[in-house]
Amino acid sequence: MLWTEGLGTFGRGIDPWTQLQRIENEMNRVLSRYASPSTSEFPAVNIWANGDIAVVTTEIPGIESEKIDISIAGKTLVIRGSREPENIEEGEAYHRRERWYGQFAKSVELPFQISPEKIEAKFSKGVLTVKLPRAEADKPKKITVKSA
Amino acid sequence: MADKTKDIKKKESDIIDRVEHTRATQVYTPDVDIIERQDSIVVTADMPGVDENTVDITLEKNVLTLYGKVDADLPEKLRLLHAEYGIGDYKRVFTLSGEIDRDKIHATVKNGVLKVLLPKAEAVKTRKIEVKAEA
Repeated sequence: MLWTEGLGTFGRGIDPWTQLQRIENEMNRVLSRYASPSTSEFPAVNIWANGDIAVVTTEIPGIESEKIDISIAGKTLVIRGSREPENIEEGEAYHRRERWYGQFAKSVELPFQISPEKIEAKFSKGVLTVKLPRAEADKPKKITVKSA
Repeated sequence: MADKTKDIKKKESDIIDRVEHTRATQVYTPDVDIIERQDSIVVTADMPGVDENTVDITLEKNVLTLYGKVDADLPEKLRLLHAEYGIGDYKRVFTLSGEIDRDKIHATVKNGVLKVLLPKAEAVKTRKIEVKAEA
């Protein structure tokens, strides 16, 4: 009969297990966007990317550019550096002391493999910009479909 | 040397302006160190993204205002995958005591760090009181 068939189709559609599975998948997808690709330590980084290049920027004012150490291992970029506190002499005093000092090491997980020899780093006005081109071997390959 | 680099986050400015900015940008409070030296007061502020052309220091009556304008140089044709910090201008306002020699205030910017030197007035520096013997 027509109406039972209709109900049957509808009934399959709201199978609770399928629904739960779908919700779970959706939740995982949404939550994974908030999983941090970097350690939450100082300094804060912003990561930009498209299919060919990733750009990591960070604000580390008051450091000399030659004292910034950048290294890469696989997909992990590590930025290291340090800043000394101001020297205080006899008879001088801090009224306020809010600026950071000390050593830092920040690792950032990149979305793809990098060509280490093509990395470019620029330090200007206290902002470090690291350009990381994707390794050729890691780029997706286009497969041509031949017609027989 | 104890590390003081943890939990450092950019703080949004809580200075309430009754005037709106024409630029729709976020304003942050830069971290500062203020050191009093023998003959001057030195204010050091972290303002990454600011250079000598985009920083503005004004002294009106007793109010010293530091303002750093940041023109964000955002990468083109790229998508922001992950953001831990925001980009915007910097503002910090201090009230000075009257003992500053206003004409000799000197400021420099290097690697995103602003340093303002506020020399103390001569009258304050030499406050030596001679004691005379009573006749």
